[in-house]
Amino acid sequence: MYTQSFNVPDSPGAKTVALAPSSDDPALQAAFDTRIDADGRIEPQDWMPEAYRKTLVRQISQHAHSEIVGMLPEGNWISRAPSLKRKAILIAKVQDEGGHGLYLYSAAETLGTSRDQMLDGLHSGRAKYSSIFNYPTLTWADVGVIGWLVDGAAIMNQVPLCRCSYGPYARAMVRVCKEESFHQRQGYEALLVMMTGTEEQKAMVQDAVNRWWWKCLAMFGPPDADSPNSAQGMRWGIKRVSNDELRQKFVDATVPQAKVLGVTLPDPDLKWNAERQHYDYGQIDWAEFWETVNGNGPCNKERLATRVKAHNEGQWVRDAALTHAAKKQARSIKEAA
Amino acid sequence: MSTQLKEWPLWEIFVRSKQGLEHKHCGSLHAADAAQALEMARDVYTRRQEGVSIWVVESKAITASNPDEKGELFDPAADKIYRHPTFYEIPDEVGHM
Repeated sequence: MYTQSFNVPDSPGAKTVALAPSSDDPALQAAFDTRIDADGRIEPQDWMPEAYRKTLVRQISQHAHSEIVGMLPEGNWISRAPSLKRKAILIAKVQDEGGHGLYLYSAAETLGTSRDQMLDGLHSGRAKYSSIFNYPTLTWADVGVIGWLVDGAAIMNQVPLCRCSYGPYARAMVRVCKEESFHQRQGYEALLVMMTGTEEQKAMVQDAVNRWWWKCLAMFGPPDADSPNSAQGMRWGIKRVSNDELRQKFVDATVPQAKVLGVTLPDPDLKWNAERQHYDYGQIDWAEFWETVNGNGPCNKERLATRVKAHNEGQWVRDAALTHAAKKQARSIKEAA
Repeated sequence: MSTQLKEWPLWEIFVRSKQGLEHKHCGSLHAADAAQALEMARDVYTRRQEGVSIWVVESKAITASNPDEKGELFDPAADKIYRHPTFYEIPDEVGHM
């Protein structure tokens, strides 16, 4: 569900991906360019420039990691959900995120990288994931706000990715987007219910909105002027809509929703611009954003540690499943003999 | 402590969305064996009643046509327009045929 719509370089030392045969053959490059220009699709076995492959591996695996790490801030609230209904909904949503991670890892694997390589990148801290998950979920209202705003921002980002030039990524995104609408609606509805509650509950919603709003705007990535990689992504048909355009769409869509909900958005500069026919908004704190991307956010260490612990503690299950499968196979061969 | 075993093999998943329709490829996943692949495919690809039947096939069992031979394989069909019903002119008075 979540992608940061910009390419953060992973930390140096990342293993190079096992590459399919390629060459600098100008004829192959020309055929590739022609297909991209005609808005055609590239499939795993097709020739592609190495830079295209590397960009996709990085972007899709970062996207997959984001889905997996994204389960943690919400998983924290499964045992604390206020009712059985909300608990069932939250479990379903978190399970979806795990599924989204899997679709995306599978798409990245078609480019010649292995699941283990990608997980190793995440667990060693080399690979990035969406910085939005490095903030804490302090109250139940945060769970609602994540659905409404974080998933809402993710949907803005992901819908254009359904038309990405790389077939497996585009198909994975179609599947993800189908499931995403439930995520946003359940969050918004949970907040609507809280807003009919006590003053304390209403204040809780407003507080959560105040804490998440700016982080959500930053999810779209740096302004177009500061996104040197965007043009190449656009050229390749990986990125279809610019960061600023997506951010604007998100702001325009969210303001009326906030009004219906009965909360304010924490931006004194937020106002309708009749000339542009869009909402103007204030300055995003990019210094804080980059601090978080670079590992110094409030929860970076905790998230990664939780993820690594879960993976290590599941090792015996993965080993046992393989051993069990081998045993069953040996038994069936013996019985057949 | 056992030494770390290898990755679970990759499986391709095909789902029949409803009785009467074909199984369609919908994605892939890693699983230790076919039985586990089926269980996981159920959880991953049919959480919203997207299917009534699942096939799992180990990815390495699939033989695919070579994209470099796309031309030789598929282009010969391009100039055989007489294989299509619209190639034939039939008088209007014959009606639907």
